[in-house]
Amino acid sequence: MNNLIFIAVVLAITALAYHYGRRHALGVVGGKARDLHSLPGYYGAYVALWCLIPAMTCAVLWFLIEPLVLKQMIVGSILETRPGLSGDEIGLAVNEIHSLSINAYAFASATADKKALVGRYLEIKSIGSIAMVVLAFALAAAGLYYARKMIAPRLRARQAVEKAIMCAMIVCSTIAVLTTIGIVFSLLFEAMRFFAHVSPIDFLFGLQWSPQIAMRSDQVGSSGAFGAVPVFAGTLLITAISMAIAVPIGLFSAIYMAEYSSHKFRAWVKPILEVLAGIPTVVYGFFAALTMAPFVRDVGQAVGLDVASESALAAGIVMGIMIIPFVSSLSDDVINAVPQSLRDGAYAMGATKSETIRQVVIPAAFPGIVGSIMLAVSRAIGETMIVVMAAGLAANLTANPFAAVTTVTVQIVTLLIGDQEFDSPKTLAAFALGLVLFVVTLILNIIALTVVRRYREQYE
Amino acid sequence: MNSALPAAVAKGPDLSKARIKRRYATEARFRLYGLGAITFAIVFLVILLGTIISNGYSAFVATTIALDVNLDKAAIDPDGTKNPETIAQADFRGVVRTSIRSLFPEGTERSQERVLFGIFSEGAQYDVQKRVVNNPQLIGTTQRFWVKAAPDIDMLRKGYLVAADDGTARVNLTQEGFYKRLEKDGRVRTEFNTTFFTAADSREPEQAGVLGAMVGTFMTLGVCLLLVLPIGIAAAIYLEEFAPKNRWTDLIEVNINNLAAVPSIVFGLLGLAVLLNWFGMPRSAPLAGGVVLALLVLPTIIIAGRSALKAVPPSIREAALGVGASHLQTVGHHVLPLAMPGILTGTIIGMAHALGESAPLLMIGMVAFVVDTPTSLTDASTVLPVQIFLWADAPERAFVERTSAAIMVLLVFLILMNLVAILLRRKFERRW
Repeated sequence: MNNLIFIAVVLAITALAYHYGRRHALGVVGGKARDLHSLPGYYGAYVALWCLIPAMTCAVLWFLIEPLVLKQMIVGSILETRPGLSGDEIGLAVNEIHSLSINAYAFASATADKKALVGRYLEIKSIGSIAMVVLAFALAAAGLYYARKMIAPRLRARQAVEKAIMCAMIVCSTIAVLTTIGIVFSLLFEAMRFFAHVSPIDFLFGLQWSPQIAMRSDQVGSSGAFGAVPVFAGTLLITAISMAIAVPIGLFSAIYMAEYSSHKFRAWVKPILEVLAGIPTVVYGFFAALTMAPFVRDVGQAVGLDVASESALAAGIVMGIMIIPFVSSLSDDVINAVPQSLRDGAYAMGATKSETIRQVVIPAAFPGIVGSIMLAVSRAIGETMIVVMAAGLAANLTANPFAAVTTVTVQIVTLLIGDQEFDSPKTLAAFALGLVLFVVTLILNIIALTVVRRYREQYE
Repeated sequence: MNSALPAAVAKGPDLSKARIKRRYATEARFRLYGLGAITFAIVFLVILLGTIISNGYSAFVATTIALDVNLDKAAIDPDGTKNPETIAQADFRGVVRTSIRSLFPEGTERSQERVLFGIFSEGAQYDVQKRVVNNPQLIGTTQRFWVKAAPDIDMLRKGYLVAADDGTARVNLTQEGFYKRLEKDGRVRTEFNTTFFTAADSREPEQAGVLGAMVGTFMTLGVCLLLVLPIGIAAAIYLEEFAPKNRWTDLIEVNINNLAAVPSIVFGLLGLAVLLNWFGMPRSAPLAGGVVLALLVLPTIIIAGRSALKAVPPSIREAALGVGASHLQTVGHHVLPLAMPGILTGTIIGMAHALGESAPLLMIGMVAFVVDTPTSLTDASTVLPVQIFLWADAPERAFVERTSAAIMVLLVFLILMNLVAILLRRKFERRW
């Protein structure tokens, strides 16, 4: 809340500075705006930016370094009360005090010397915040003073302001790149820590997946096994089932809409199909678990098959239906991009419409269709909620669609929900799986996007 | 010699008719496949929505039972203090139970009493307590309270359960007998389930509501929108209007397209590793959730913004530059206002996407069981899709109904957002 007040005050000061700068610039030339290099508003913005940027830089820097500074300051106090702690124990103690300072409920039941430490911690924290606020306002005042001195009829205020705006826009456009870098590095970093416990060969090629680490070292199966092949196999099985649904249905819908349907039919049906893509995946998950899984099991029992209640088939079918609109709308675009002249040529030879489609349009559109299917596969591999709610948790290495299998995303979710200790291989394994998931979907996407782009250029 | 030639070359029977017939049959079949595929998809959509609605509509009403509670002064406030804190401490459980017993004046066996109390919600005593604390003058009178029925009785009334004495049924025949008698006395009615919209999560289905999740959703989406709108617009303007064509901007462009197709759960891992563990943001809070969702929808919004800017014809820019505007003034005063409806449409669709997203939020701990409605951006909270996920796991039949109802609430929000986007597009669409 205090942060919000701080930001509001800074913004108010900025607004005042704008007003002041504008009036001051007009005052310098005696009210004749024509004598100024730039429009008066730019002088106002110039002054405002000189207030805003130093103050906000100071606040952001403090936000980034505050945890480090606080830690350094409190470590001394901790060592006073409990001398002779090792590095790890100090880290734990700092974390504990930090969480006590947030959680009033836990604080009430803490011991007296911990309460004292928390008090000291909060004291340091508030001193730091006050110092930051004072410094930020001092910087804003300094900026204001400097900018006021700079204002003169010849000051190229517009250029300066535009340069600042350009810089802000460039920073904004690099955020997407920073996100990618952030993803790659956070996944790599945590996966490396995992591979310090488990060798990458065992992880990628091992056939046993049971990531539970025992509480006691003498417990049966205490080591946990991190061979991810059953998890990958389960992902592939469910993806294959969903593609078996999505590709034919999506492709035939796209063909019908692009080649056969009237304009009016298309205008109605296309949005309806796209509704399928707009429904949240958690809704599909609920449907898969509540309706589809029992249905598949009952049908299976009726024909004498042994179907697990969390069968890969149920999750795969529902996921396939979710993906239909991805296949159909991408393929629709691709089919529409095939030039009419190719069709006319086929008709002139006496081909029927379906022969033209099968022997001319589809081969011509083939690269684009493959690209759209690859995008759909990457979407199916990364889909989470449906499989979390409808697929199993146990890793079975099987190709039987009636058995329960698990997937990469299910494992990531189950490993990371609940208690987390960031030094156990169990938690870190989720990041290794995430890395595999990211790399595979990235490769699929890059290939698919390149194929589709090349294909589009071919007919343009 | 010529006449020696046979009049006609000997040939087999004319098959062309049959071939054409076959080809036309294939044609008709092919067409039918297409129609069949579309029908399948639409039928599935209808089944999906039909299942949700038929499972969920009954959650909007709840069964309540009239209970005449004797607010005995001796039991609630013996000293006559009228002090809210003293009153709140009183034994309302006992008061409510006495009233329940008095519904059956002929007396019930002790073993049956538990069954009898089981007809009423565990929360009944809190309803009574709240009303008495707010109106201390009621003490000493007998008031009629419409208290909620227990979830099993609610399910029985709605016809999802059948009472039986086989030991596995949730309602046995004795309990049903009590309920039937209350119904005959006119003490049972069905009313609009306000709790569902005014309460946060609870372990008891009849006391659980979506308000907490809705407030959490609004906060999370608010943070997301505040971040994504300025950043997305600035990035779109730079890339479309100013960026030089070089390797760096190519990289940014490829990168944005790829980022739009990265699985959402990976963004959750990013949030966990960077926002929570590195920057120390609070777990389960709308703040971290909003930032993660902002990163997730940013590529979509940049792409939508760029195509909206591209749709503004170059003549507008040339005219502005021609009368002496700078490049930035051209964009700020003329291009951006014309592109704004398109950008906003893209933003709303992106926000609708963020509204339905739950996987990345699971990673940053927004699956917590939160009983209080969040009041600040750093409070533990959850969002609607995650609330649906949590309820979907609960075994009680009453939660199936509430999960479906929560899905209906979520879908209503999605439909509203998309309608706004469509209307915006209709109203401001311009053909140049």
